[in-house]
Amino acid sequence: MTITVKLFAQYREGRFKEEQRAYPEGTCAKEVVTELGIYEGRFPLGVLMLNGRHQPEEVELEEGDILSLFPKVGGG
Amino acid sequence: MADQIYRVNMSTLTFTVEEVPTAWMGLGGRGLTSTIVAAEVDPECHPLGPNNKLVFAPGLLSGTAAANSGRNSCGAKSPLTGGIKESNVGGTSAGIMAKLGVKALIIEGQPTEGKFYHLHVSKEKVEIVEAPELVGKDNYEVLDAMLEKYDKKVAVMSIGRPGEMRMLLSNISVKDPKGKLRSHGRGGMGAVMGSKGIKCITVDAESYKETTLADPEKFKEASKVFTQALKDNPISGEGLPAFGTNVLVNIINEAGGLPTRNFREGQFEFAENICGETMAENIKARGGDTTHGCHAGCVIQCSQTYNDKEGNYLTSGFEYEMIWAYGANLGIKDLDVIAKIDALMDDLGVDAIETGNTLAMAVDAGILAYGDGAKAYELIANDIAKGTFLGRILGGGVGNFAKLYGMVRVPVVKNQSIPAYDPRAIKGQGVTYATSTMGADHTAGYAVATNILNSGGHIDPLTKEGQVALARNLQIATAAVDSTGMCIFVAFPALDDPKCLPALIDMINARFGVSLTGDDVVNLGKNILKLERAFNQRAGLTSADDRLPEFMKYEALPPHNALWDFTNEEIDAFWDF
Ligand code: SF4
Repeated sequence: MTITVKLFAQYREGRFKEEQRAYPEGTCAKEVVTELGIYEGRFPLGVLMLNGRHQPEEVELEEGDILSLFPKVGGG
Repeated sequence: MADQIYRVNMSTLTFTVEEVPTAWMGLGGRGLTSTIVAAEVDPECHPLGPNNKLVFAPGLLSGTAAANSGRNSCGAKSPLTGGIKESNVGGTSAGIMAKLGVKALIIEGQPTEGKFYHLHVSKEKVEIVEAPELVGKDNYEVLDAMLEKYDKKVAVMSIGRPGEMRMLLSNISVKDPKGKLRSHGRGGMGAVMGSKGIKCITVDAESYKETTLADPEKFKEASKVFTQALKDNPISGEGLPAFGTNVLVNIINEAGGLPTRNFREGQFEFAENICGETMAENIKARGGDTTHGCHAGCVIQCSQTYNDKEGNYLTSGFEYEMIWAYGANLGIKDLDVIAKIDALMDDLGVDAIETGNTLAMAVDAGILAYGDGAKAYELIANDIAKGTFLGRILGGGVGNFAKLYGMVRVPVVKNQSIPAYDPRAIKGQGVTYATSTMGADHTAGYAVATNILNSGGHIDPLTKEGQVALARNLQIATAAVDSTGMCIFVAFPALDDPKCLPALIDMINARFGVSLTGDDVVNLGKNILKLERAFNQRAGLTSADDRLPEFMKYEALPPHNALWDFTNEEIDAFWDF
């Protein structure tokens, strides 16, 4: 299945902004985060959204989903 | 020398320096301005008449070495909302006033119509000088004139032409450490200053003494812990310095809560053009500065200088709210065009949120098209600045513009326009907009933190569950923090780092030789909110004013098709404390 992965803030450094990526059925968000090396990086996972909704890392992905990953960000 | 109250009467053109009443001793910032306004201003007075008062008060920790403590509060009855207003700002005024021993500066009365004065505050003295040469000038020209006259460090607070004309979107502009401008932005405080016939206020930076500390050792220790907490937090320590507040464009957009084309949609297809990441790239490529503080002693440094493609200075203090208002909400997709408008608005002294939102209403009225940055610039520079008929109508802000054009979709609460988070899709923030004593104000209780940013836990932004309690707790905490002189971004470490808030309280205790506890601080926040609400009630506001715009109840916001679905009873329960 094809998933759109969007990365933001420091996660873009050395990676990408947005990519269509292929994954086997039943892949969960956590596996994508792991594959991208985010857990080993300096910036822990701040917010994970699937199709614009906050979800836990365990959420299972489906064809056409948009997965957005953010380190901790803030402002006001 | 103990702190004192400086009082200026603009009817008689006289001043007095008074002892601080015991009841005001433990107060600063918003706690003090709201207490003074509630005690001394008739809630039924006309906000632009002789009986309103304009009060400035630095925070409790302003003037000390405490990190991020340089915010100055300005209070009055607001001509925009008709209720009490506190608007705080960085810049250099808080530190210098505090060091001079000015606990509060109260300006009352009103001079002969049409006359404008310059106030110069120095040790136990206020000079009140008529300043016809400054009339009709905007902020940077006034600033230059003051810098020629005084020491370079002098604090300057001024109004541009819109303030002179008492426009409801005018603000009071304050010099920052780099000689640029910050604003007491919301609620028409510039109009109040204009109504007092005051073009500018300078505060002498030569005769001040350092602030005294009751327990310098304890202060130093607490200050170290506090500063470390700000630096260790991923938001205040990493995200804000790297991307500024504009890092929010993408995350609010992804969540479907970025008000787009006058609150019609929750996502802007050109978000990438205007986001914090793009801004940081531009700054890097063009030679600007991603980090600077709006006041000395800021260790977070969310501010920046932003240059054009040729590397020439365009603007500084380029904030999310501004970029949202002209970007997503007015449809301008070129960051440089928005930057030029930002610089213009700084010079004129108009509120980014109220002005941007009013221009979005003007699109609905057929005056300009979405994305027409040139026309937006022209409407501000030619109409608002000069006070043409159209400029006066725009200068009245969203609510008044809507009335005059017969419009139904009016994104205001208590007549103050809604900032950069759509309340239908970020419901906790909606509760703050509805209930804040200030009108729609994102800083009054920043529920975005917990709804979207996962700070202080997480509450689903699209459901009602837990939102009222969240907004209540945040507003109580914010009212207290707004009294310390701290920048509101200390809230991020405060929400997630258990060392942060106790260190802040320890600093207050060490500064004044008192022994406040966490509970005392919560009570302070509660008292401030209740006092402000009581003022509003006496001014004629009721719970019917604690409501979001009606169209948000029936016009669903894409992409989540969210509606505002709180009952009146649910909202009114906010005040059960
Ligand atoms: S973090 Fe930003 S708003 Fe706060 S004091 Fe620093 S520069 Fe000013």
